[in-house]
Formats: sequence, structure tokens, C-alpha cells
Amino acid sequence: MFKLLDGSQTLGRGWTFWSCFLVVLAAALVYPVFADSYDVGNFSYFLIWIFMALGLCLMWGYGGMLSFGQTLFFGIAGYAYGVLAINMGGGSATIAALVLSIVIAMIAAGILGYFMIWGGINGIFFGIVTLSATLVLAFFLGQTAGPEWHIGPARLNGYNGMKGMDPLAIGDFFIEGSALYYVMVVLIVIVYLALRMLVNSRIGNVIVATRENPQRAEMLGYDVRKYQLLTFVIGSGLAGLSGALYTSWGQFITPSSIGLPAAAMPIVWVAFSGRSDLTATLVGSFLLLFGFQTITVYSQQAALVLMGALLLATVMLAPQGFVLGIGKLVADRWNAHRRRGAGPVLADTSRLQPDEA
Amino acid sequence: MAAEIFSVFYQFADVFAFLILSAAGLAIVFGMMGVINMAHGEFIMCGAYVTVGLVKLGVPLAIAQALAAVTAGLIGVAVEYLVVRRFYKRPLDSLLATWGLSLIVTQSMLLIVGSSITGIGTPEGSFAIGGYSFSTYRLVLFACAVAVLVGLFVTFMKTRFGVMARATMQNAAMARALGARTGRIYAISFGIGAGLAGLCGALYAPTMTLIPTMGATFVVESFVTVVVGGANVLLGTAPAAVFLAMIRMALNASYGQIIGQIGMLFAVILIIRVLPEGISSVLVRRGR
Repeated sequence: MFKLLDGSQTLGRGWTFWSCFLVVLAAALVYPVFADSYDVGNFSYFLIWIFMALGLCLMWGYGGMLSFGQTLFFGIAGYAYGVLAINMGGGSATIAALVLSIVIAMIAAGILGYFMIWGGINGIFFGIVTLSATLVLAFFLGQTAGPEWHIGPARLNGYNGMKGMDPLAIGDFFIEGSALYYVMVVLIVIVYLALRMLVNSRIGNVIVATRENPQRAEMLGYDVRKYQLLTFVIGSGLAGLSGALYTSWGQFITPSSIGLPAAAMPIVWVAFSGRSDLTATLVGSFLLLFGFQTITVYSQQAALVLMGALLLATVMLAPQGFVLGIGKLVADRWNAHRRRGAGPVLADTSRLQPDEA
Repeated sequence: MAAEIFSVFYQFADVFAFLILSAAGLAIVFGMMGVINMAHGEFIMCGAYVTVGLVKLGVPLAIAQALAAVTAGLIGVAVEYLVVRRFYKRPLDSLLATWGLSLIVTQSMLLIVGSSITGIGTPEGSFAIGGYSFSTYRLVLFACAVAVLVGLFVTFMKTRFGVMARATMQNAAMARALGARTGRIYAISFGIGAGLAGLCGALYAPTMTLIPTMGATFVVESFVTVVVGGANVLLGTAPAAVFLAMIRMALNASYGQIIGQIGMLFAVILIIRVLPEGISSVLVRRGR
């Protein structure tokens, strides 16, 4: 069990790392006691997006599949949650709506993924097809303003967005404020640890092998398409989790959370953080979301300009990602300081460059 | 009867022109050079804004459009020199870099010029066949699309630059060894691609509302056309556009714009499922 959590596909290993992990987790758990409720609400809002970033990290960093469809599945699940929550009523039914909407997103990912992966679409084309599908969904939902666009009592409302669904609730207890925050933290810990176990398992090794060299993986007897589809469905499902949580958090979703600027966001977070590692993505995405929110208060457009600049700077200066690069630097210093010799603390990340294959 | 046939042709020509004009620049940059230019839509936007700006200053429409295309082309050369140049060996990173660029440009435009500027209106003029009335400008667009295809064919098949360019795209190291100035050829090719994008924006500027995010309207169509067409620009893009235009026209006419767009996407996914390397791969194989 611990072997899987601490395996070679993930950076940050050994007791030093896990002590830090526990300290951060403890800090996150006591945070609401000291912060005011507005800040806690804001924090849960940042955490919503982390799932989408982790999903992209799995597909892109580990699987070598750059999907632009994160907001596609975010949107599918977000709208599905809205429609289901309105149709099924509030209370505990919202939990079922959450789960079902993620399932719907994963089924959609399975269908799209089947056509792409079995069609032999690779690298660049994978991105283009997922992006096209994303933009078409945004365009379609933008056109649904009229009263004829409804599913049961749920009106889609075009660009004005869909509203009126209940937030997550158990019985009469609405999961809001610090309760929602704790749900988010627990979900993130579960997803993060589960993904670590996945990428360090045998399946994870095949996924990475496929990224490095699909032909070789095929020759070794693996049906790489199945592993790619699995990766795609899991990654998209995580985007769906973000979408459903987003809709339940704000009781609101619009097509603009699917369109182009929105679709760029997960890519910026993951590229900036360092796509080839889950921990770097987790930390970097959180930092970026936090910064983005601070700037958005002054100007949404300026914040997006900065995101674009950040993406450009990342690609030109630190293709592996800034957070990952800095993290490695710190770890190298630390290890040099402790005179650990040539212990493979950082695995062989020098080869974790999926795009150059 | 003649009027109905012409009406079908007219609808086809409308979609065909849109696909060809929005895809032509990308076909060179992406299809030939292998650079994924996510900022393609922004070059289109640039062409449209320059056209409208010049027309408002009193420049005749046609001249404004030509100048807009040239402006976009020059900006393209600059972008190639500053950014794209580094990414010929890293195509996926070129996608990220140009996407960053696209975000910067779109959002800066929103900050600087606001969400929309007043348009200049479609040039007047229509003609009637039978009981139907047709806009002349749409036929001008179709003529321009055909002219662009012919122009591309001549440039890349009949000129010295075309031969050098194709050699460079095939094998840059070999071309360099044989004396081609590959750096310059890449820059010019990217400039032509950007210029064609600017031309597309310039031609469509009178027909649509100008907003900084207008590039997104074109970018899906252009990528889809190029992907379906495959790597060979001359053999791929045009047949792909014919094919997609027919699907889209039929769906538009029977079910409306949204179904037309969604249907086209499904067609694309199906085509790629069957022909992963695009239409041109089949045509090239047949030709041998």
C-alpha cells in the first residue's frame, strides 16, 4: 500500500515529504477555525478546480494525451448536475445527482475517447478534436435561450446560464461554508492519494510506457488503446467532478465556463505547475487559482492577459513547469545538504518529457 | 428549376468559401509546417479590425482589405521570429505558446478597444434569379476562396520559392545542406499563413460584428477542415472543404445552424476514425 503511494512515478518521497504532507493537511484542517467564513468559502471555491487540474495532469503528464476537453466534461457534468438536481428535487437526491452527473461525463468521455483512440488520433489531433467538441458544446448551449430548451422543469437559458438547482445537501442539511470546505479537503486528499496509487501501480507504469513509446508498449503485449481510454475517462471524470461541484457551489452554470478562455485555464495551471507530477500540479494549481482570484478582483481581462503571458513564459523558459523546477531545485539542495549520495530520491525525471518522444 | 439549382449552389458556395478562407492560412502553418497555431483566430481578428479601421478613415474597402492582409502577414513574420521559431521541433509546445499569445491578444484587445466596435455593413448589391434574391458579396467571397486556392497552387507548385518551401518542409536539414535558407523560408511561409488569415478576417469584416473574441468563430472550422484534409495542403484542404460544406449545407438547410455545426463535428470524428491521416493520404496513395 505504502509502496504504491511512494512509488517511482511520483516525486516527493520518503519521510521528509510525508511529514510535510501531514503538516499541510493539518494546517488545512484547522484553517476554518481561524479564518472568517468568507475566506473559507473562497478557499472551497479554489479547491473545486483542483480535480480538473489533477485529471489533466494524469492524461497529459502521465499519459501524454493533451486534452482540451477538460471544460467539455466540466460543462457536461455541471449541466447534468443542474438538470438532475432540479428534476430529482433537493435534499439527499443532490448527492445522487452529483454521482450521476460524473457518470454521465465519464460515459461521454468513453464515447468520444473510443472514436479518437481507436481512430489512432495522436498528440496534436487529440487536442484539436477535444477542443472542437468543447467549442461546439459551448456554442450549442449558448443557443438554448428560448423556452423550448428545457429538460423537465430545468431551463437551459442560453448565455444567461442555468440556475435554480439546490446545493449539495444531506437531508435538510445543506453542505455549505466550512462543511463544504471539509468535504472538498477530504475529496482532494482521496483523489490525490488514489491518483498516486494509480500512477505507481502496474496500470500507471503501462500508461507512462505508452507515453514514452506507444509502439514499444504495444510490442510488450499491452493493448495501449485500453489504457489510453482508461486514462482519458478517469481524467475527464475528474473534470466532471469539478463541474458538478462548481454548479452545486454557485447554484449556477453558464456556457462561458466551457468556452475558449475557460478551456485554456486548466492547461495554464498544469503547464505552469509541471505536468509530469501530481504534487507539483496540486500545489501550482492552487497557487495560480489563488493569485488569479486576487487579480480578478481588479480586472478579469487583465487576469486573463497575465495567464496568457504565464503560459508563454512557461513554454519558453521552463517547459517542464515552474513549480516542478523549483521543487526539484529545493530537493536537490536538501539532498546535497544531507549528503545522501546518489540515492534516487527524484527518480529519473530527466526523461519525463512526453512531448519530445 | 434553374433558380433552385443555383440556390443550392449558392448555399454550398457560402459554406465552402468560409471553410476555405478560414482554413487556407492554417493549412500552410499547420498542415505543411507542423506548427499548431492557436493564434490563427487572432490573425483573422487582426485582419478584420484593420479593415474596419481603415474603411472608417476613408480608405476604399478593397484596398483596406488588401492592406489588412499585408499587416497580418507582417505581424505573422514578427511572431515567427519572436516565438514560433523556437518550436519547430516541439509541435505540442507551439500549441501552448501560441495559445498563450492568443489569450494575451484577445484580452488586451478587450481592455483596449472594448467589447465591440461598430461595423461597416455589407457592401450593397444583390441580384435575383427566378423568385430568389442573392447577395453579390457572398459570390465575391466564393470567388476569393477559389482565387486563394489557385494562388496557393501556383505559389507552391510553380515557383522557385514553392519548390524550396516544399523541400524545407519535407526535410529541413537536407534542404539547408543543398543551400536553401530554411530560416527565411519558414518565416515567409508563416507570414503567408498569417496573411491569409488576415485576408479571411478582412473579407468577412463587413458581414459580421467585430468583437475581440471573434477568432474563436473561425478557429474550429479551420482546424477541422485542415485535420480532415490531412497533411497535404493542396490535395487535402479543398476536398475536405467540399465534403464538409456539403454536409453542413444539407444540415443547415433542413435543421438549422446548430445542428449543422454539431453534425459537421460528428462527421469529422467519423472521418478521422476511418481515415486517421485525412483525405489527402488517400488521394496521395491513389496518385502513386
